[in-house]
Amino acid sequence: MKFIDEFRNPALARRLVEQITREAQAYGAQARDGRGPVRLMEFCGGHTHAIFRFGLRQMLAPHVELHSGPGCPVCVTAAADLDRAIALAEIPGVILATFGDMVRVPGGHGTLQDARARGADVRIVYSPLDALQAARQNLERPVVFLGIGFETTAPTIAAALVQAETEDLPNFSVLSLHKLTPPAMRAILDAGEVALDGIVGPGHVSAVIGSEAWNFLPREYRIPCAISGFEPLDILGAVAALVHAAVMDDPTVVNAYGRGVSPQGNQVAQRMMDRVFEIGPAEWRGFGSVPASGLTLRETFAHRDAARLFPVEIEPAEEPPGCRCGEVLRGVITPTECPLFRRVCSPRNPIGPCMVSSEGACAAYYKYGEETPE
Amino acid sequence: MDDRILLAHGSGGVLSHELVRDVFVRRFANPVLNDLGDAAVLDQLPPGRMALTTDSYVVQPIFFPGGDIGTLAVCGTVNDLAVAGATPLFLSAGFILEEGLSLETLERVVHSMAAMAQEAGVQIITGDTKVVESGAADELFINTAGVGIVPPGVDLAPANLRPGDVLLVNGTVGDHGIAVMIQREGMDFSSALQSDCAPLNGLIARVLDAAPGAVRCMRDATRGGLATVLNEWAEAGVGIEIEEAAIPVREEVRAACEFLGLDPLYAANEGKVVVATAPEAADAALAALRAHPLGHDAAVIGRVTEEHAGHVALRTPYGARRVLLMLTGAQLPRIC
Repeated sequence: MKFIDEFRNPALARRLVEQITREAQAYGAQARDGRGPVRLMEFCGGHTHAIFRFGLRQMLAPHVELHSGPGCPVCVTAAADLDRAIALAEIPGVILATFGDMVRVPGGHGTLQDARARGADVRIVYSPLDALQAARQNLERPVVFLGIGFETTAPTIAAALVQAETEDLPNFSVLSLHKLTPPAMRAILDAGEVALDGIVGPGHVSAVIGSEAWNFLPREYRIPCAISGFEPLDILGAVAALVHAAVMDDPTVVNAYGRGVSPQGNQVAQRMMDRVFEIGPAEWRGFGSVPASGLTLRETFAHRDAARLFPVEIEPAEEPPGCRCGEVLRGVITPTECPLFRRVCSPRNPIGPCMVSSEGACAAYYKYGEETPE
Repeated sequence: MDDRILLAHGSGGVLSHELVRDVFVRRFANPVLNDLGDAAVLDQLPPGRMALTTDSYVVQPIFFPGGDIGTLAVCGTVNDLAVAGATPLFLSAGFILEEGLSLETLERVVHSMAAMAQEAGVQIITGDTKVVESGAADELFINTAGVGIVPPGVDLAPANLRPGDVLLVNGTVGDHGIAVMIQREGMDFSSALQSDCAPLNGLIARVLDAAPGAVRCMRDATRGGLATVLNEWAEAGVGIEIEEAAIPVREEVRAACEFLGLDPLYAANEGKVVVATAPEAADAALAALRAHPLGHDAAVIGRVTEEHAGHVALRTPYGARRVLLMLTGAQLPRIC
């Protein structure tokens, strides 16, 4: 398959792994300051799944460790925000349109799926444009789109809002729970819970915000960042760059996904976001409130802001007992270290969001569990 | 005759009789059915053990590239018999029709069934028709049951699997599931991807002939795809190891799966069989598969192991090994 097979060449992959291993061994051998393996974090859940699917963790072990980051928009949605969405869906007449993964994620008080079973009109859509269509077909009913996602999904949702304005669609609104990725990366580093030698930067997010958006990592934290695509050679290329930077002690931002990412990013998408959204604090599952890490609707779009149109009272949410999704999202533990993993929590019976989402770290560890029982 | 199905078509009255005579009997014509008795009475069957299976078909859309609900209803049941080692002989056909269904649609489906039955060499010898109110069914549902005979000496079951056995598949996986999904979601992929829906009894008979006594087990990889069949086999108490790179996947299916975030190993097939043979018979089985029009792309995909009993391991092209699980929940397209 064109543009896929080129990036999955097994022979090239093996050569890259050999090169990485050689450099990482040399790095680990500089043992006077207690250095072990090179520890990297892949921010993005899409990377985690690709890494497992192709078995890259195994190939890089033990000299390179890959830790999953918080880059799963479903997973980082706070339980309280989910409860708000559920309360909103239960307002008589409201149609709540959402991406599929969200319906099974437990909030503090049940899931959207439960609400649907109780009679709420919760509809799964593949695109905000489907939600617009639902609004056109149900002019007498409010249609609320549950806006989750990072900088990748925000522009299309902004475009849907602009389109609703153009069409004068009176009944379309968005509950914006969008989040920004660089502030989350900062939060992880500021917390100091995990020692990292490099960051595999998110490919799709960076296609929108540009590689320069990560310059703060080497500048302020002295940590290299390599932006990666989602094919094996993309990821291995990024890992090679990070290991090299660690060995040379020369932190920079490397764009290892040049075919998708430019230094400044997609400026049309950025302008679209800027027209509709403004930056504000956001509540992250596992992190709490992170300043300047979320997108809320601007005053000019207040009449399409579901948070303002439908103020709902919600009780304080508690995380499910025993669930350690928060620590998984911060990279502090791996999913297998959670006592619920596989014993109680599985894709069929998910306790926390990381097991539900197709980008969740727990789902990846479960699905591709690499420890083949002997 | 009216050009739509009415409740009266299922009432047992004049319209019912006309429907049976002009649509079903005309298309499925054979001596047993033509008698229109309350039960089909069969003459002496060939020697062997009898196999009986039943399946209901509710696919939506009912017409899809490469087939329709009628081709599925015949192939699915024929294949269930064939993978048990049986020679399929007779089918029943029960129809649940939604009031308002166009007669032309029904005729097309019945025509497909007749054509497929002829191709598979089976006769549809008894049937039933019910009509339900508009909204109580989705156009039409079909149930078929099938009778076949397992010849003496043939015994296929997962319990026969032994470490070292070789696993083969007769061609590309995921074609049916992805073709139907593309059609259902109205995705405008400019591909000519077709369902692989086909009766496999001819192909399977060739393999059984080519590797007499050496075929351990067979399964058609329908819902849940190849991964599900392999997991079901592993549950019989053996380990299974497959090579990802050896599994044939059509270019269009790979592309659609990449695009939608799906895995072809879990996508449904309607014309694919997984075959386990003793190691010494693998070459003969592979040659027999490849010599058949439905097996051109046949391949050896893995083997049965003594290690990791109960689990399926998949070796990636990079040499890494991971567990291939049973599908949990539906495959959902990715969201970002």
